[in-house]
Amino acid sequence: MNDTLNLLIGLAMGLNLLALGTSRLPVLIRAVAMQGVLLGLLPLVLEAHGLDWRLVLITLATVAGKGVLIPFMLIRAMRTANIARELEPFIGYIPSLLLGAAGTIAAVALTRYLPLLPEHAGNLHVPGAMALILTGFILLIGRTKAISQVCGYLILENGIYLAGLLLIRSTPILVEFGILLDVTVGIFVIGIIVDRIQRAFDSLDTRKLTALHE
Amino acid sequence: MPLYMDIPLRLLFWLLLAPLLPGVINKVKAWVAGRQGPPVLQLYYDLARLWRKGVVVSTLASPGFIIAPAVAWTAVVTAALLLPLAGTGTAFSFDGDVLLLVYLLALARFCTAWGAMETGSAFEGMGAAREVSFAVLAEIGIITAILTLVVQSGSIALSSMFEPLFGPGAALLAVGLFIILLAENCRVPFDDPNTHLELTMIHEVMVLDHSGPPLAMILHGASVKLLLFAVFLAQAVLPLSELPLLASVAALLVSVLLITVAVGLVESLTARLAFRRVPLLLTIGFLFCLFPLLLTWMGDL
Repeated sequence: MNDTLNLLIGLAMGLNLLALGTSRLPVLIRAVAMQGVLLGLLPLVLEAHGLDWRLVLITLATVAGKGVLIPFMLIRAMRTANIARELEPFIGYIPSLLLGAAGTIAAVALTRYLPLLPEHAGNLHVPGAMALILTGFILLIGRTKAISQVCGYLILENGIYLAGLLLIRSTPILVEFGILLDVTVGIFVIGIIVDRIQRAFDSLDTRKLTALHE
Repeated sequence: MPLYMDIPLRLLFWLLLAPLLPGVINKVKAWVAGRQGPPVLQLYYDLARLWRKGVVVSTLASPGFIIAPAVAWTAVVTAALLLPLAGTGTAFSFDGDVLLLVYLLALARFCTAWGAMETGSAFEGMGAAREVSFAVLAEIGIITAILTLVVQSGSIALSSMFEPLFGPGAALLAVGLFIILLAENCRVPFDDPNTHLELTMIHEVMVLDHSGPPLAMILHGASVKLLLFAVFLAQAVLPLSELPLLASVAALLVSVLLITVAVGLVESLTARLAFRRVPLLLTIGFLFCLFPLLLTWMGDL
């Protein structure tokens, strides 16, 4: 179980770096979608012995939501708002990659000193969650386009989801499901807002949204 | 095997096999493009032809123009001799010889850049500046990869350093070392070895004014360096030294061939990167080498 878990989370952490290093919006969106799918499969790995139809249903819904629905809405928002596919970062690609790598390494190194339950120590679960949250932060701070900031927010949410999976035995997964619904609705709203911002300001550069207009 | 036989045999391996690699790469490229392509042994013919030709030297050049390629070639071949070859081990080895390897490669690069600047042409100086600035980034990657091997095996001698990693660490290190191999040998995503009249070339700019035997030395040195990196990559990720002697040598040859074919495929299927993107790819290569270091350091995570 640990090997599959580490592989899935390790791949998700690799996708973090892809998201930080890419200069293309579609690649960023796909990286986030792929990460959502990888993390959506985790409940199956974590609860491999107590598998029932509800868990499978929830996994399917998570994978569909994170891997299909949200990316679809983001790509649609990108098309309707005619957003340039090249990103213009506020923090450059190389600095953000190095920051992300440093954050990942720090997350792995720090986890050793955290008081964890024995079943959570010794795998990538906790460091993965921390690394995803840090990457989300870096993307939120470092990008100027609204949609890439949404992607940062999604990676942040993936990290919180991963951290939430630690409690899979004590909290009902329904709570997690509610969060997923909120996120989906949030992305839906953002997709609409992005279109409006594009029409009102002719740009999605958040640096231009700091001054008030009539 | 006694030392007086061992070293000449290794020397023969490195010197005679190396020019085959660019030939294989060109054949793969031709095959992907649906062309006939030059013969696999083309570089041998070129070297023989260049060796018989005279040398044209710029009036500005000091003797350094001739000395630099010779020093660079010697440095690369010495560095190659330090590397163990699969099951046969090394000819000679001491603690910390891996540092000598890194420094010899740096010396070779310094001499190539020096020779380029001896011509007094601004164009060659530009090529030297580019080569050196990318080399700085590639070198971080190599040193990280070496650190990974050192942490993994607990040894700082090349002869016992190649204890292969397993699992995801090995895969990451292989990708990282492959990116560095492409960068160090001026292969396609970084530099196009076939263009000769473009402002974006790096390595070729530096050797434009060389002719005759010095050029032959530069070309041969470049092929030895390519073989060196391929052997390094193969041994870093494959458990070659654990196989019986003949099997490990055969495995080494096959994996070097596979790496060469992979280089050829990369060259045919990708375009050269825009200049400003090169540091990004080198950073990615560095990270691919950094994470195996983290994995080995953290042990059985």
